[in-house]
Amino acid sequence: MKGKKERALLEPRELLAMYRDMVRIREFEEACPKLYSQGKIGGFLHLYSGQEAVGVGVAHAMHHEDYMIAAYREHGLILAKGTPPDGVMAELFGKATGVSKGKGGSMHMFDAERRFMGGYGIVGGHLPLAVGIGFAIRYRESDEVVVCLFGDGATNQGVFHEAMNMAALYQVPVVFVCENNGYGIGTSVARASAVEQLYKKSCAYETPGVKVDGMDVLAVYETVCQAVQRAREGGGPTYVEAITYRFRGHSISDPGTYRSEQEKKIWQERDPIPNFADRLIAEGHASREQLDQIDAEEKALIEKAIRFAEESPEPAAEELWTDVYA
Amino acid sequence: MEITCREALNQAIREEMERDPAVFLLGEDVGLYEGSFKVTRGLLAKFGEKRVVDTPISEAGIVGMACGAAMTGLRPIAELMTVNFAIVAMDQIMNSVAVARYMFGGQCSVPLVIRAPGGAGHQLGAQHSHTLDALFMHCPGLRVVIPSVPADAKGLLKSAIRSDDPVMFLEHEGLYAIKGEVPDSEYTIPLGVADVKRQGKDVTLLAVSRMVYVCLEAAEQLAKDGIEAEVVDLRALNPLDMSTVLASVRKTHRAVTVEESWLTGGWGGELVARIVEAAFDDLDAPVLRVGGEDVPMPYNKALEKAAIPSAADVVARVREML
Repeated sequence: MKGKKERALLEPRELLAMYRDMVRIREFEEACPKLYSQGKIGGFLHLYSGQEAVGVGVAHAMHHEDYMIAAYREHGLILAKGTPPDGVMAELFGKATGVSKGKGGSMHMFDAERRFMGGYGIVGGHLPLAVGIGFAIRYRESDEVVVCLFGDGATNQGVFHEAMNMAALYQVPVVFVCENNGYGIGTSVARASAVEQLYKKSCAYETPGVKVDGMDVLAVYETVCQAVQRAREGGGPTYVEAITYRFRGHSISDPGTYRSEQEKKIWQERDPIPNFADRLIAEGHASREQLDQIDAEEKALIEKAIRFAEESPEPAAEELWTDVYA
Repeated sequence: MEITCREALNQAIREEMERDPAVFLLGEDVGLYEGSFKVTRGLLAKFGEKRVVDTPISEAGIVGMACGAAMTGLRPIAELMTVNFAIVAMDQIMNSVAVARYMFGGQCSVPLVIRAPGGAGHQLGAQHSHTLDALFMHCPGLRVVIPSVPADAKGLLKSAIRSDDPVMFLEHEGLYAIKGEVPDSEYTIPLGVADVKRQGKDVTLLAVSRMVYVCLEAAEQLAKDGIEAEVVDLRALNPLDMSTVLASVRKTHRAVTVEESWLTGGWGGELVARIVEAAFDDLDAPVLRVGGEDVPMPYNKALEKAAIPSAADVVARVREML
């Protein structure tokens, strides 16, 4: 993995891969509400639509061996890290073939092979785990990096500050990525955080804080590449605030009354996928037909994932008691 | 060789760190200060800052960091200065450490030991006198190991460090200076095997940690009246060695649970239920409980003493059933 380009100009192939990954996530997420209303998906369901540029930009800035750890809006993130949609959809269905054997659900996806270290449901709770993963990397004298994603709400939790302090204190290779989608459930950042510019919160720990347009996949990619490189070279943690927006509610049961139609419309116009498509075409990296074909392929891939999930077996009864202990 | 509990724990950590380079120690004041109770004395000098890590006063951060390190191949020993501060880290303990293996379909292990001294008796008041054994026992995914004598402390801690499960290793502040024989050669004690600390035929006393000594003292007093109490040191609440408990109860036909923590919702009630479910016909009397008074711990010396179970309390309870 050494020698891989961290910041060089992207080849058209990689640009198209980014586009494909964003489309995959959108197709996946937009298929979910119907499956939920049909009773095929249970529990909480936090969709990632609108935030794709963050997850995909981050994932493309990482090596396969690098670790990713996330909160509970993580379908898009595990897909971005490379996990095939089949196991992710099967997990939503609670099936034995799900990434967490049907025992985790929407909020608790995990893929050891691809080093996706889990989705966690307690706001901010996984931040210290990221510090520990980074600590272990340094302990092993390895050159991997861990990227930890969380929402704006997490920055108001006590453990956010403990993790920021300890990451800086021990100079662990962690990149913190705050996906600021403007709301902690129904409470806006302005009403929850005394500091509205969330990237400033890392200055208390002498950790660089960077703000980036989370609707622009290349901007996220460039910013996170630099942070990852810095971490990999022993420069310690970086804190990135990506400004983004979720197109759907906090969860599937959110009526969304706290956001104005006008606000939603403004952000819809900044949709990261069509804007990136226009850019790819304008800059001559792809034709409309090529992108349409990617769209069709990804749509088919998600349809296949749904079939896979539908046809997969339920967990065996004895799964109730497996994995509690070693 | 006769050594203190403190030395026995220190030997266990030292030997396991020598044996396995993945084992490391983290916690408040574990390094330069050598531990609030001096359990980690000399370890920084021997193993260096890489493996003996002083942390800020951030209990949730400590446990979460240890959890992440454990999930990615290390074997952390996290020292919480006292078990009272585990409450600050309870989200990490119950929502990360205990559940990760299960919640992620068996894809990760959390081979982590959380050492935490606790217990009352030093006039430390309501916030620094907790015994939380039952709280941890309630949570699936955690092993709960509680030594009383130096030999057990060493052998159990070594097994805890080698375990692939997360272990709450609960020590007692009042026992660190207690001395006892410890084998000279390398040994471990498996988790979940109770130990009969005194043989008897008339009544079984079930206890852990400092209450084992209270039961032994009660047994001495009862012996003067010809009552032979058997003292079973559970040594762990998870795994819980019910076979040793039931074997003793089937011999004595009577049992009393003795715990330092609050009686209500304590582990004693759980033991009573399990004994009744499994050995009702073997009992000659209802299984009784002794436990701490259901009050926040008072500071005043006499009041504190009254809140903690004593040998006299145990003797009185036994006399009720004979």
